Amino acid sequence: MPSPLLHATGIRRAFGPRVVLRGLDLALAPGETLAIVGPNGAGKSTLLRILAGLIKPSAGEVTLDGVKLTPAEPGSRRTVGLLSHRSLLYDDLTVFENLVFAARLMGVADPKAAAKFALAEVDLSARADDSPRTLSRGLLQRAALARALIHKPRLLLLDEPFTGLDAVASERLQRLLRERRPAGLGTVVVTHQVAEVWDFADRVVALVGGTWALEESPGTPLDAFMRRYREVVPA
Amino acid sequence: MAALVLSALILVIFNFARDPTVIRAQDLAPSALWVTITFAATTALNRAFAVELDHGALDGLLLAPVGREAIYLGKLLGNLVFTGIVQLITIPLFVLFFNLDLHGTLPAILLLAFLATVGFTAVGTVFSALTVRVQFAELMLPVLLLPFMVPPLIGAAQVTSKLLAGRPLADSAGWLQILATYDIVFLTLSVLVFPAVLDE
Repeated sequence: MPSPLLHATGIRRAFGPRVVLRGLDLALAPGETLAIVGPNGAGKSTLLRILAGLIKPSAGEVTLDGVKLTPAEPGSRRTVGLLSHRSLLYDDLTVFENLVFAARLMGVADPKAAAKFALAEVDLSARADDSPRTLSRGLLQRAALARALIHKPRLLLLDEPFTGLDAVASERLQRLLRERRPAGLGTVVVTHQVAEVWDFADRVVALVGGTWALEESPGTPLDAFMRRYREVVPA
Repeated sequence: MAALVLSALILVIFNFARDPTVIRAQDLAPSALWVTITFAATTALNRAFAVELDHGALDGLLLAPVGREAIYLGKLLGNLVFTGIVQLITIPLFVLFFNLDLHGTLPAILLLAFLATVGFTAVGTVFSALTVRVQFAELMLPVLLLPFMVPPLIGAAQVTSKLLAGRPLADSAGWLQILATYDIVFLTLSVLVFPAVLDE
């Protein structure tokens, strides 16, 4: 296995007395896609926010390309793209202006060209001059995806990426992720929709109660995984 | 816009509530000016991070490969520019309503406004980030900020009073030193504290 792009060890996170993550280890190789599934409240989104450097773990550490992810090393965030369950866009700017702003924040050399390219990648060029507030849920999700990809990250963190997307847009997203894989794009996908990620994820892990409850490698039938998944998820 | 309307409204009320046969314009003017600037600045600070809330845009800022201090300084600069614009519009209205002659004292008033505003805006930017995600944020911010606004506002009102009485700026050197010290101390503390506010 090549040296990990992302390496997390002993990740623990508590909010007051409530412990959400209980000492998770995680490694992701360049070009690998990891899907994390789990019930509501399992800690999936919290883990993703820690991997993005948005919140600090109560214990443990995350390294990206061997560099520890801390506020003191802001440069390490340049390699991360995040598709959150919120779009991270400003309603007062157009979609294009939002992307130019995001590109500038991430230090992209030619922000306008990058914004045009990102819009074309998610097939949203026709709505470039519209405000995000006028977009449907699915279109907003595509705009958010363009924002996450604009600086060509090496690690892409996706929180429920298929929410609101129609079948064509879902296929487009999967194709886009596959195309970027040979260039070394590592992807962590958090989702409830196991079927959507089953075909293109290299590994699927289940997060239940803040710990890894299940891991499957390629080749396992989805039905078999779902049977085992239901056994480990409390009713 | 709300801050400008509020400023004009406060100046109008102060002016028309004053009995010119009892209270001279220059006696009330310093209070009126600084009450106006205080409310306008608080309005601006309340909005400083609210714009980032709608679609989680604050997370977008935090993902940028820059230190949290850079985000703070950017927000502080934005707040200072906004408050500065409000002051540049308010001061002529203030002169108009109170029929004051600021000839010769205007540069000193502007310097004073800058010194007083930097300090409480520096603190206010931190509190704005702290309160934006809590309930009743618009109430919490003034409550937290008020104790920190008192020292620069007392100084600013005192110096304004002296300037309007025709005394030179040099007479207020002590107050100016206090204001400058306040700015340096609280700007430094705010830069140091802000990353912890965002990360928690």
